[in-house]
Amino acid sequence: MDNVKTIYKKSEGLSDFNLSYCPGCTHGIIHKLVAETLVELDVLDRSIGISSVGCSALNYDFFSCDMVQAAHGRAPAVATGIKRVKPNTIIFTYQGDGDLASIGIAEAIHAAHRSENITIVFVNNAIYGMTGGQMAPTTLIGQKTTTSQGGRDAHIHGLPLRISEMMATIPGATYIERVSVHNPQHVQKAKKALKKAFTIQKENKGFTLIEFISTCPVNWGLTPKDAIDWAVENMIPYYPLGVYKDKTVGEES
Amino acid sequence: MAKVLMKGNEAMALAAIYAGCEAFYGYPITPQNELPEYLSKHMALHGKAFVQSESEVAAINMVYGAAGAGARVMTSSSSPGIALKQEGITYIAGAELPAVIINVMRGGPGLGGIQPSQGDYKQITRGGGNGDYYLYSLAPESLQEAVDLIKESFDIADYFRNPVMIAVDGLIGQMMEPVDFDREVPKWDLLPKTWAADGNPQGREKNIINSLYLDPLVLEQHNLKLKAKYDEMRKNHQRYELINMKDADIVIVAYGSVARIARTAVEMLTEKGVKCGILKPITIFPYPDQAFAELPDSVRNLLVVEMSTGQMLDDVKIANEGKLPIHFYGRVGGVVPEAEEIVQAVLKIVGGENNG
Ligand SMILES: Cc1ncc(C[n+]2csc(CCOP(=O)(O)OP(=O)(O)O)c2C)c(N)n1
Ligand code: SF4
Repeated sequence: MDNVKTIYKKSEGLSDFNLSYCPGCTHGIIHKLVAETLVELDVLDRSIGISSVGCSALNYDFFSCDMVQAAHGRAPAVATGIKRVKPNTIIFTYQGDGDLASIGIAEAIHAAHRSENITIVFVNNAIYGMTGGQMAPTTLIGQKTTTSQGGRDAHIHGLPLRISEMMATIPGATYIERVSVHNPQHVQKAKKALKKAFTIQKENKGFTLIEFISTCPVNWGLTPKDAIDWAVENMIPYYPLGVYKDKTVGEES
Repeated sequence: MAKVLMKGNEAMALAAIYAGCEAFYGYPITPQNELPEYLSKHMALHGKAFVQSESEVAAINMVYGAAGAGARVMTSSSSPGIALKQEGITYIAGAELPAVIINVMRGGPGLGGIQPSQGDYKQITRGGGNGDYYLYSLAPESLQEAVDLIKESFDIADYFRNPVMIAVDGLIGQMMEPVDFDREVPKWDLLPKTWAADGNPQGREKNIINSLYLDPLVLEQHNLKLKAKYDEMRKNHQRYELINMKDADIVIVAYGSVARIARTAVEMLTEKGVKCGILKPITIFPYPDQAFAELPDSVRNLLVVEMSTGQMLDDVKIANEGKLPIHFYGRVGGVVPEAEEIVQAVLKIVGGENNG
């Protein structure tokens, strides 16, 4: 056939496995962005991804680079262990909010504290997806989950944790940004953020974390479209998008 | 190289460097601190990785990462820290990765104390974490034996693709002894680590390090594969020493530091005309039941001596197959039994001059 051009194809950073995510879940978009970034920065063939425990636990099958499945919350420690013996690799962890903000907060903080030259892809969907919708440290006030059935109550459950803001206070961290993938413009911005983070890693400039506002239509009890709207109306106001830390500012580019 | 006088913890650290250890990750805890302290300096001098992690949980997961990338890696700790490492250890065993873990045991339970103990025997020999797995576990009685076994342990871990536990007590960590680092140790036939997720996929499929198998039938096959490995350890890789066994009337069963103290006790008993041997397990997993089959017919009693309330007794009972009466003498809480106490315990059984 003449005049047929390929204008879009699946990134070679992704394998041929079907993603296991629910319809409308934004985990899939985030995978695509990570995969495209690794390819565009020409680092895919020296990348190692760390799967965590959550809905993304099986993503060692989805990325086409070498992958390591880590225990719940421990991905930044696993990443440290690898990077220290294989300094020329590009290492990313892919972690949910239960994994990173709850059980794995110490590992995340200390990887930043040591300025480990790794990139954390942090997916904040304000809930524990895989285990059926329990409350996470990032669950919003009033948000109903299976373990906060009357809605999250600050007096009982505390106030939701803002991870990017907190991680930005760590002197060792190089780059921290919060992004969203709720529309094409923001998807492009999110991709830029990932590119920035992985470029920093490529140049051995230290610890980077990109937080994604993500959806969990199934456990939020919403349609995919309503879930996107809910994230925009409720999550982004509490979790404002933007760059929280950038030690590379002022450097020549 | 001539023998050098070294403290146990430092000698064990240097042995790891001799074995080609490429990374050490650990968290401070008494009585093993000299080991990471030594490595914090010397790993860097050898161009190797050293990280003082934020916790034992992080340390063992760093070990998991480095092992998965194909590096020779070690961690060390003492009892409460080893308890915390169990999560990572079961992942390492589940993902079939080689790693060396040193446990310089101290008294427990809980925070316990900081003096020598063998109170982690059950935790070490039963796997320790969740699921069906075991650690190849070596229990040296002297610094020389510890150094030799650590040098070999990296090969053993690589060979079986399984974690190896070096089980010593605070006594070995803290004592000073002359050690020869150049003694030959057995070399194992090792295959290249083509399975490693090292981010260097030149000419191979991608590698995945994983212990997750959601399909029960697949996980069952994985468990059976692991079992075959442990069966092979049990069948062909038991290690033990039979000491002073000729015409022995009674046999002390003891490992680690206690076996060494028992040697002195046996000398004292020989002077008293008591024929006492020692059965010293060197592997506590696999438990050396073959040694019990080799005991001479002259033996009429077994005396198990431990720095625990009798954690090894179950294994002795299984290995003994109900043949001989089993007695027990133990000190706990960080109290080390003296040779004279062991002599008295033996005399009480065989009937001697001080019996009564
Ligand atoms: C040590 C341990 N504790 C608990 C679990 C059970 N568990 C599996 S996934 C998960 C929560 C994951 O939630 P999150 O990180 O928010 O990811 P999501 O599923 O929402 O993508 C939990 C608690 C586990 N696997 N291991
Ligand atoms: S449960 Fe939620 S987070 Fe998990 S795949 Fe489904 S929609 Fe996504």
